[in-house]
Amino acid sequence: MAVTVQTLDTLAPGQKAVVKDLAVEGLERRRLMDLGILPGTVIEPELKSPLGDPTAYLVRGTLIALRREQARHIHVVPLEEEQDEH
Amino acid sequence: MNTDAVMPKAACATCSLAQNARLIKLGIETGGWDYVVALAGNPNTGKSTVFNAVTGLRQHTGNWPGKTVTRAEGGFIYDGKRYKLVDLPGTYSLLSTSVDEEIARDFILFGQPHVTVVVVDATRLERNLNLVLQILEITDRVVVCLNLMDEAERHGIKVDDRALARDLGVPVVPTVARRGEGIPELLAAIAQVASGEYATRPHRIRHLDPEVGQAVERLTREIEKTFKGLPNARWVAMRLLEGDERIIEAVRKHELGELAPAAEMASTMQPALETA
Amino acid sequence: MTDKAMPPDSPDPLLDMADSLRQEVGPDFHDRLVESIYTDASQIASHTVTHDGERGRFYWDRTLDRLLTSRTWGFPIMGLMLMAVFWLTISGANVPSAMLADLLMDKVYNALHGAASALSLPWWLSGFVIDGMYLATAWVVSVMLPPMAIFFPLFTLLEDFGYLPRVAFNLDRLFHRAGAHGKQALSMMMGFGCNAAGVISTRIIDSPRERLIAIITNNFSICNGRWPTLILMGTIFIGATAPPALASFAAAASVVTIAVLGIILALGVSWFLSRTWLKGETSAFSLELPPYRPPQILQTLYTSVIDRTLIVLWRAVVMAAPAGAIIWLLGNITLGDASLAVHLVQLLNPIGLLFGLNGVILVAYVLAIPANEIVIPTILMLTLMVSGSDAVQAGVMIEMEDQTQVYNVLVNMGGWTLLTAINLMLFSLIHNPCSTTILTIWNETKNLRWTTVATLLPLGLGFAVTFLTATVARLFGLV
Ligand SMILES: Nc1nc2c(ncn2[C@@H]2O[C@H](COP(=O)(O)OP(=O)(O)OP(=O)(O)O)[C@@H](O)[C@H]2O)c(=O)[nH]1
Ligand SMILES: [Mg+2]
Repeated sequence: MAVTVQTLDTLAPGQKAVVKDLAVEGLERRRLMDLGILPGTVIEPELKSPLGDPTAYLVRGTLIALRREQARHIHVVPLEEEQDEH
Repeated sequence: MNTDAVMPKAACATCSLAQNARLIKLGIETGGWDYVVALAGNPNTGKSTVFNAVTGLRQHTGNWPGKTVTRAEGGFIYDGKRYKLVDLPGTYSLLSTSVDEEIARDFILFGQPHVTVVVVDATRLERNLNLVLQILEITDRVVVCLNLMDEAERHGIKVDDRALARDLGVPVVPTVARRGEGIPELLAAIAQVASGEYATRPHRIRHLDPEVGQAVERLTREIEKTFKGLPNARWVAMRLLEGDERIIEAVRKHELGELAPAAEMASTMQPALETA
Repeated sequence: MTDKAMPPDSPDPLLDMADSLRQEVGPDFHDRLVESIYTDASQIASHTVTHDGERGRFYWDRTLDRLLTSRTWGFPIMGLMLMAVFWLTISGANVPSAMLADLLMDKVYNALHGAASALSLPWWLSGFVIDGMYLATAWVVSVMLPPMAIFFPLFTLLEDFGYLPRVAFNLDRLFHRAGAHGKQALSMMMGFGCNAAGVISTRIIDSPRERLIAIITNNFSICNGRWPTLILMGTIFIGATAPPALASFAAAASVVTIAVLGIILALGVSWFLSRTWLKGETSAFSLELPPYRPPQILQTLYTSVIDRTLIVLWRAVVMAAPAGAIIWLLGNITLGDASLAVHLVQLLNPIGLLFGLNGVILVAYVLAIPANEIVIPTILMLTLMVSGSDAVQAGVMIEMEDQTQVYNVLVNMGGWTLLTAINLMLFSLIHNPCSTTILTIWNETKNLRWTTVATLLPLGLGFAVTFLTATVARLFGLV
């Protein structure tokens, strides 16, 4: 199956994915890495704010809220086999 | 020396009272200390709660990351020795050169505490280890306080603290800071590391890829030649490779090692404000 | 040390080596380092941590989060929480406030005067100390202690439970739209306790621009010094107009309205600033939502009463005693045919009335620059003083433990209307920060311009808003 790369903000709720790369530089990139978001990390959208943005993602056992404009810069590959879990 | 600072539980069931008697909380009195101890850790892991339990002070605590934003100091006497304890704001990392990690980074790096206690959240150990491993590169006088053990238990998480102590090469003490559990053992471990009775063998970051690893090694050797006896040459090497201006400046001015904690760090907002 | 410093461009073999190695390793050194740290970390974690069952996250946390941040329930629950906190505060504080007032302003006050005359102290001494310093202090204690002793523990319980970051999460979109940082919501919640603390807590925002916005707008979070004013006005002017069963509900609703108005103003002013003087990119935002932790109720009660309530009260008392002394002097030093207080109030009265307030309120806000806590005592003492009523001796408040009597004094002697009360509530929300907060803003920014903006902007806005409501009320013939 072809590997589909998409951005984090387009993931469906509950769909697990693996971070492919971070398309940001500088402090913002280091920030994301500090929070444990780096290539290879499994990430899953879990909560949406009532107003639609930000979204909280489950990363290494912790909920981290990111605004959409940041999630857009995080490229991920969905984990297919996880889908039927929900 | 191979003393295990993590006291066996059974032996301590009865001794914790006696150990508590060896603690005298001094509140805000910090003068004439024998040792300086820093409390570092990720945000919201219970640093201020530990601080309060040991000094008798009442730093504000709260269940959200970023409650503490300034450095707080308090004192205690343990086993006849005077300690100054410094509560630091929580940080996820010391690598990012961002403003909010500055107070903690500067104190751990330049304040040269005798012991750095890293308070970690037992329910999310993996992400907390990120900071622990960084601090172990900076200093080998570290005690890991494995806090929130009650929460870990409530959620069915078990942490093998002895294996963790072996892996990290420093004492690991499980605590429930909010109830004061494990605090006597924590103090004992701090005392042993402070006096050198417990010789730590800190973990070094292992999985550096060869190219990076070699660059770090070469630079480390060079730094050790230039600054004899510098305790954290490897860390300085990593920071130089990253291009950390603050460290480059310190090397250029030959200030490494003598860089005492600048009494009052100038507000870092200022330059930015002038342009705002 | 400076003598040792070499000119910045002098060659340093170590730095040269670092430079060339940095070229070799390439720009992704940081990434590679962090990746290896995480590899080590997950390896260590994998053989020291065991989970009972493979749950991604704690079941209860997940369920609760779904509810507290739900599209349907997220906002109603926030509103309910806010309402519940104030309803409990107002209805719970009523009785103890009256008891304290009875004790301090009747029994102790009379006992003090008894003692003073037994010692045959000169009238000016006992007046200065008892009718000035003591009375102002007694008022502050009875107005502030009960609501604070209820409000602080409730707030701390919510904080320890982990609800505050969820509020920030729910509101973030609004802050984003206003060009503000998402963590500004957290610093505003700290401002609900004390604005000086709120200003310091903006340090969690690391973009200077967004931090300044947060500092300047923190004043729109109502601090503990202002809650008593709102609670009292809400209780005697608005709660009293509702049927008795709903009185404390209506009072709470009026206080919550003002608090929500404060949040809206903070958003509006942030929006304005981020489009004018503080233009710029919104910086990256990330917020960790911590797991819920069951609070320790008894310990929270104890520490928040001891730490926060008593410390806040102490500050209020320290400010109230000198203010009481000044008020007494104003009332007892006469110039020409009237006391200084009368002159001052008469001078300011026309201006006050223009804004739907009055001269007494303006004098009170000048005296209250060091601390908002003393607004209510000052207003009551001055109103009695300048009314020239025979029922009271100059500078003395008697038997006002009953809140209907406070109402009567304000309406009958002070000429207050519903508009005065509402505008006082508005002005209490929108005016300059107290001097402690101004000093903190200066310390945090070290910038005169922004300190001035943070001081004068809300004051100007306050006058504008009260002028508007007063004008509208007059146009519609409501007053
Ligand atoms: N259940 C439980 N809660 C704890 C324990 N230790 C601390 N807490 C709670 O965890 C929350 C965070 O504690 P703090 O001491 O404020 O954490 P901190 O590390 O100082 O946080 P920052 O200053 O934000 O970095 C508070 O609500 C504490 O009451 C513990 O051992 N068990
Ligand atoms: Mg803290």
